[in-house]
Amino acid sequence: MSGKVYASVDDALAGVLRDGLRVMSGGFGLSGNAEACIEALAKSGVKDLTIISNNCGNQGQGLAVLLKNRQVRQVICSFIGGNPDLAEQYLAGTVKVELNPQGTFAERIRAGGAGIGGFYTPTGVGTIVAEGKEIRELDGRKYVFERPLRADLAIVRAAVGDELGNLRFHRTSRNFSPLMAMAADVTVAEVDRLVEPGEIDPDDVHLPGLFVKRIVEVPTHKNVIEFRTTRPRGAK
Amino acid sequence: MSWSRDDMVKRAAAEVRDGLIVNLGIGLPTEVANFIPPGVNVQLHSENGLLGMGPYPYDDEVDPQLINAGKQTVTALPGASTFDSALSFAMIRGGHVDLAILGGLEVACTGDLANWTVPGKLITGMGGAMDLAAGAKRVVVLQSHVAKDGKPKLVAQVTLPVTALACVHRVITELGVFDVGGDHFVCVERAAGVSTEEITRGTGAPVTFE
Repeated sequence: MSGKVYASVDDALAGVLRDGLRVMSGGFGLSGNAEACIEALAKSGVKDLTIISNNCGNQGQGLAVLLKNRQVRQVICSFIGGNPDLAEQYLAGTVKVELNPQGTFAERIRAGGAGIGGFYTPTGVGTIVAEGKEIRELDGRKYVFERPLRADLAIVRAAVGDELGNLRFHRTSRNFSPLMAMAADVTVAEVDRLVEPGEIDPDDVHLPGLFVKRIVEVPTHKNVIEFRTTRPRGAK
Repeated sequence: MSWSRDDMVKRAAAEVRDGLIVNLGIGLPTEVANFIPPGVNVQLHSENGLLGMGPYPYDDEVDPQLINAGKQTVTALPGASTFDSALSFAMIRGGHVDLAILGGLEVACTGDLANWTVPGKLITGMGGAMDLAAGAKRVVVLQSHVAKDGKPKLVAQVTLPVTALACVHRVITELGVFDVGGDHFVCVERAAGVSTEEITRGTGAPVTFE
């Protein structure tokens, strides 16, 4: 048994949680969230958190629970629509919000995990995003200099994981999770199914295990759907 | 007679050519997928990490972890691929997405786009809008010609916060199709029954007609 496997999410987060923690949380809106880890964060009562996540929950659920509990001091994200808790606390000035273009957000996290000190992107030139940042013209095009993001803790959900920490994600729930796992001092992965090493073919590993410090099996999730859109049978 | 919403969406669908990689923005542009002509094979890109997006699922095949950028449940067509967000935006910024059809609040004849926020209104964030506008090879904006208060949305200079500079190639409104021309718009198509006067009157920049 590898030392990475924990019996419960509480065990997996033990010794990591403290006030003022910087937490990266994978998922796009409420899809692909590390639901059990978020619940444990809420239950722990740690406060003054900086949440680095595309949306910081939505519709009062997911990470928005931490907002409701007044555990959050700052949110670094790309989109806050559909999140009344964040809107309210942002407008009241109790939570600081740093908005990033989504691609810049992803690349800053990737850079944080990849040992890159910063990068020039064309996204945001001429917009409020570029205010106060270095602008550089390269080969006739203007770019904004952006700095990496790192965190103390990353919480991610994957479909399958093994005891070495190798992860395989399901469909669009991969999103920011592998990037965040690379960019945090400690990454806790909650996996729908924990398997023996070798059961995930090396070619099918989406995130190599060295990026995951702690892993815990969480077989059931709420899997909240924000907009359930369907088409009738017989339609094209 | 100006174009209806459906007419506008249909006209936007005509921009979608066989073999293209296409990203459709949230809202009206999403509906373009329903009007892509048969025989035109494209791969739809969704910036949350899906290439080869299919239609909404049947009720019994809904997967909560298979969504589009608007967080609606979707399907993946045969040949689809899923990937992380850094790779997804590498596709966009790297010029691998051929066409983005986006919503708009203001477009200048220089190609500047404002579509992400209105000062004084509740801020929602830019999401992927700035990357798509700056990165897609071709940007087509689908929007109404004037705002609810009658103010032109095709202008000489945008007044709202910018999404990206000099990025828009074409604008489709209920009055017609307009290409950006630097210091003017070029009307390349008029909706049936719409006069050049009506267009000139509703546009905040000079317009030439082909």
